[in-house]
Amino acid sequence: MTYAIALDDTRWVFPDLRDLMAKATPRRSGDELAGIAAESAVHRIAAQMALADAPLADFLGAEFVPYETDEVTRLILDGHDAAAFAPVASMTVGQFREWLLSPLATSEALTALRPGLTPEMVAAVSKLMRLQDLVLVAAKCRVVTGFRNTIGQPCTFATRLQPNHPTDDSRGIAASLIDGLLLGAGDAVFGVNPATDGVQDYCRIVGLLDEVRGRLKVPTQTCCLGHVTTAIKAIEAGAPVDLVFQSIAGSEGANAGFGVNLAVLAEARDAALSLGRGTVGRNVMYFETGQGAALSANAHHGVDQQTMEARAYAVARHFEPLLVNTVVGFIGPEYLYNGKEITRAGLEDHFCGKMLGLPMGVDVCYTNHCDADQDDMDALLLLLIEAGVSFVITVPGADDVMLNYQSLSYHDALGAREITGRRRAPEFEAWLAEVGLTDGAGRLNPDPQALLGRGGLAALTRHLEAAE
Amino acid sequence: MSDDKPALPALVPASDSLSNLRHYTAARVALGRAGNALPTAAHLKFTLDHARARDAVWSAVDGGRLRTALEARGFRVATVHSLAEDRATYVRRPDLGRRIAPEAAAALADALGPCRLVVVVADGLSAAAVEANVLPTLDALAPRLAADGNAVDAVVVVEQGRVAVGDPIGAVLKADLAIVLIGERPGLTSADSLGCYLTFRPREGLADSARNCVSNIRPDGLAPADAAYKIAWLAREALRREISGIDLKEESAAELTAAKRAETKVVGTD
Repeated sequence: MTYAIALDDTRWVFPDLRDLMAKATPRRSGDELAGIAAESAVHRIAAQMALADAPLADFLGAEFVPYETDEVTRLILDGHDAAAFAPVASMTVGQFREWLLSPLATSEALTALRPGLTPEMVAAVSKLMRLQDLVLVAAKCRVVTGFRNTIGQPCTFATRLQPNHPTDDSRGIAASLIDGLLLGAGDAVFGVNPATDGVQDYCRIVGLLDEVRGRLKVPTQTCCLGHVTTAIKAIEAGAPVDLVFQSIAGSEGANAGFGVNLAVLAEARDAALSLGRGTVGRNVMYFETGQGAALSANAHHGVDQQTMEARAYAVARHFEPLLVNTVVGFIGPEYLYNGKEITRAGLEDHFCGKMLGLPMGVDVCYTNHCDADQDDMDALLLLLIEAGVSFVITVPGADDVMLNYQSLSYHDALGAREITGRRRAPEFEAWLAEVGLTDGAGRLNPDPQALLGRGGLAALTRHLEAAE
Repeated sequence: MSDDKPALPALVPASDSLSNLRHYTAARVALGRAGNALPTAAHLKFTLDHARARDAVWSAVDGGRLRTALEARGFRVATVHSLAEDRATYVRRPDLGRRIAPEAAAALADALGPCRLVVVVADGLSAAAVEANVLPTLDALAPRLAADGNAVDAVVVVEQGRVAVGDPIGAVLKADLAIVLIGERPGLTSADSLGCYLTFRPREGLADSARNCVSNIRPDGLAPADAAYKIAWLAREALRREISGIDLKEESAAELTAAKRAETKVVGTD
């Protein structure tokens, strides 16, 4: 089915919805690299105007990635709930945007609508939205998940404490972990990206994280971000695995590039659930995604990178995760060129994830060959907090010495809390106050030695030295 | 603010016991805080490191000076530009940085003729790495290669080049081995890290798994002299066994371990 619009003397024609979506996407380098982007600014807006007139129902019949050969497409279409879709079934994409921005789209209405939305519909409407729209509607979405604490309560955001080390050295990881805890980080998860992907190192890392968490009785969860098959083996070996992690993408081919499919993700989830380690909830999965992943795996099927990213969220929601985050600025300038493109993509990803019911976080980050810096990260963080982001990633001094990129510092999250008044996960915040790290309002106490005084940090340090 | 509380200091420094954490990691731990923010010195140190990394990405190699230095060492040298015309294009279009124009390829063949072993020097993502570490690496590497009977026949300097640009260059020169020396993506702790990729019988369309990589070449990382030892070893074995990449890595793993050299890995990044 073709889409067309006349502007002045030009008739713009788009052969199908996939092409219309690509041409309507706000400018970014990845779609240009793929050769599917609009060829001019007017071309792009013509596509957005044509997209605004497209019926939402068209998305149920349009093919983005072939149904017969792609299990992600089958997951999306077979799981579609027509009854939930009914309230918006007669709208165009443009009318859907207006409805979302109106008081009619309450938190309850948005929750009820989720099973009726496909990722492509959500991606489509996001292409017609400005940053303020993306913030406003995402802020109306309510997504609460739980494991050992509760993520996503109103007026909170959580932080992943990411204590990476270039060689996975136990003492190096613990040093960054303790530093972050003393700065009040880690309610989303203590999560290490391993430099290696062996089962032995995986077990050592989750053992270390679990020991620190257990000794200090921190109400949070831990994760080693190794491959899902490594996690399954570690669980079989008896390792203390709270959350199972996996990078995922929006097509079967791109997931194959990550070495996963829906069946192995289901197997991993079952394995983690079998351990029964959650106390306040049973969300055991942690996923990372990012625009450009499908293109870099050459499995994007001519679909724009933002729509492919939203399709990854259909995979994620199937497994009821505790945490999902886009690693928005990590992939590099060939996909998102500068701070402007990263900022928009981060807010798009957060919006699409929340619309589909995910506990959406963002790694607010950039690499050194992107045209971006810490000012861009400050702006994106504050926008995301207004949008109700579930969690962000934090590392010592904003510098990840293992992955060689810049994210947020523990300090950045503290500063954002001071500016916006947002609190941490309630169980974690209560623990911080109990051990004396914070006051009743969640502010750090001026004496950072609270944990030391109880012997906790001193004991840990001795333990680390003994391990030398 | 009430009068009966003592005034708090503006800066909360890291305690001594916390500062001990720095023994265990190069991460920016125990920074202290000003309110909730980074102290000024820590903030400026970060911005300095980022500025160095950005300058490494966005500055150009002085090609004339490099060529003169290479020729003074007796190398036959040619210069070529990838299809990425400038830095802004280069960072957006990795595909263009991997290719050269057909006319440029023909000119290379005319200038240099067939070469058994060609060294390709590409700016990659760090001009600083090329400026600082290419000559020391080559000075250590060329005699080792020559001693094994694998003398460097020519050096091709590429502007706006990615790793795989060594494939069309090696192919047009009919090379048995291309050794690409390229600036790596800078981190905050090291802006001048050089990478080395070896490819047996380079030709267009090879997967990155067909290459062997020696990374982090810089004085504070893998020192150029140590890198040269490993590169020469890989070059000798690649030419002798007529393979490179995963196959060579697997065959050589035990020997490399025995030699206790720093890490060698096959990677897909450039």
